[in-house]
Amino acid sequence: MLLHDTALVFGRYLRQTLRSRFQMLFGVLMPLLYLLFFGPLLTDLPLSPQGSSWQVLVPGLLLQLGLFGASFAGFAVIIEKGQGVVERMRVTPVSRLALLLGRVLRDAALFVSQAVLLVLAAVVMGLRAPLAGVLIGFVFVALLTVSLASLSYALAMKVATPQEFGPTINALSMPSMLLSGLMLPMSLAPGWLDVLSHFMPFRYLVDAVRDAYVGEYATVSMLYGALVALGLAALAVTVGTRVFRTAGA
Amino acid sequence: MAIISAAGLARTFQTKRGTVEAVRGIDLTVRPGEILGFLGPNGAGKTTTLRMLTTLLAPTGGAATVAGHDLATDPAGVRRACGYVAQSGGVDPHVTVREELVTQGRLYRLTRSQAVERAEELARDLGLTDLLDRKCAALSGGQRRRLDIALALTHRPRVLFLDEPTTGLDPGSRADLWDLVRRLRDEYGTTVFLTTHYLDEADALSDRLVIVDQGVVVAEGTPGALKLQYGGSIDATLQDTFLAITGRGPAPADAAPVAV
Repeated sequence: MLLHDTALVFGRYLRQTLRSRFQMLFGVLMPLLYLLFFGPLLTDLPLSPQGSSWQVLVPGLLLQLGLFGASFAGFAVIIEKGQGVVERMRVTPVSRLALLLGRVLRDAALFVSQAVLLVLAAVVMGLRAPLAGVLIGFVFVALLTVSLASLSYALAMKVATPQEFGPTINALSMPSMLLSGLMLPMSLAPGWLDVLSHFMPFRYLVDAVRDAYVGEYATVSMLYGALVALGLAALAVTVGTRVFRTAGA
Repeated sequence: MAIISAAGLARTFQTKRGTVEAVRGIDLTVRPGEILGFLGPNGAGKTTTLRMLTTLLAPTGGAATVAGHDLATDPAGVRRACGYVAQSGGVDPHVTVREELVTQGRLYRLTRSQAVERAEELARDLGLTDLLDRKCAALSGGQRRRLDIALALTHRPRVLFLDEPTTGLDPGSRADLWDLVRRLRDEYGTTVFLTTHYLDEADALSDRLVIVDQGVVVAEGTPGALKLQYGGSIDATLQDTFLAITGRGPAPADAAPVAV
């Protein structure tokens, strides 16, 4: 039943996405602009002892894509609450978990395909990275998307208006981006900032993907990154499910 | 045997300004095949009661059964037995009528081919056949309402809850909707529980009225009996009867400020 319902909800929202070319491409625009207009500034900087500056920047941009894209996913629920679609579905016997998972999996599919576009563009710009590492990067994007989209949907079920939702997400995502060293690695940071960044879970994800992009798969960073990504996803889906089960407001 | 029975059904909300008792304790019974008009001033707790009876909102007190299923212990059974049309309806404007109907069938666990067939059937029954491939955004108010009701009838529910179904409709669409509600009862024996602010609608359509105010039932009976008891005569208007029951008559002339 859960599988059937999740596939059904996934299909509905995937069709919604496919109808909107704007939605499909807009998310990739911001990281693409960073790639085009920020990436070239770094090419001669010694950012990493093992690889080129692209191998440092692209992992950061991939997670930026997931961070900004997925954390705003909840807007759709706010709109659907207004249309009455959320309640219409909630009076049917459909699994409450499927209402969340179907949406979240659509988001993972959407952002992973945008990530593929971004990596292709980066290859044109000069990125060279091992295929296995690139694939590992996509797995991290998927996990990050699942986590953030779940939390975003949970928040959207709780708040009443887009005016509350937008600023809250902005206030959380900006510092998350800065403190996780998405743009430039935290190895450049002074001690206090480096310490602070260790309290930001996304930092572990980006460090792991940067290792993957230089072909280092059996590192401590990779282990921590994988643990944090999986833990975050498990926690976020649990929170999301609880909210979707009980939401009445 | 009642198809809906509620005893002391209550819901409080915690807000920043303290506890709000939206519904203080609703006691009511509805007989199978009845069209029940659920009336009350704005804020009386009508929608909150409907949302509790359809499992959208957990009660904070009391108990109720719908079609023999207990709200607290068997919400899945309640969902299978009832259909609900919210005030706002509930369709995605960018989706076609056919897709909404088919998806709804699938949400009720019909197979793909069953859902397609049921969508055609509902469209025939509710006069939507020519509109199946139109986007929901391109429907008129009356057509939208018929689609909302078609969605709620997907699983042939024994009880249909309608929250202000005719608000915003033109007179012709309202008359169509009344006919539809009567036909559902006459042909399928569907019990219809509807809220409305239009007292002519309540008068024309309902077998029985339940009037709520401030979260409790303040009167119930057939329109005629209520007019006699509260309006003073069988010929009283339901408007006067309603105002007499809820105690919210027009303010006396001298209560209005002379100059503002």
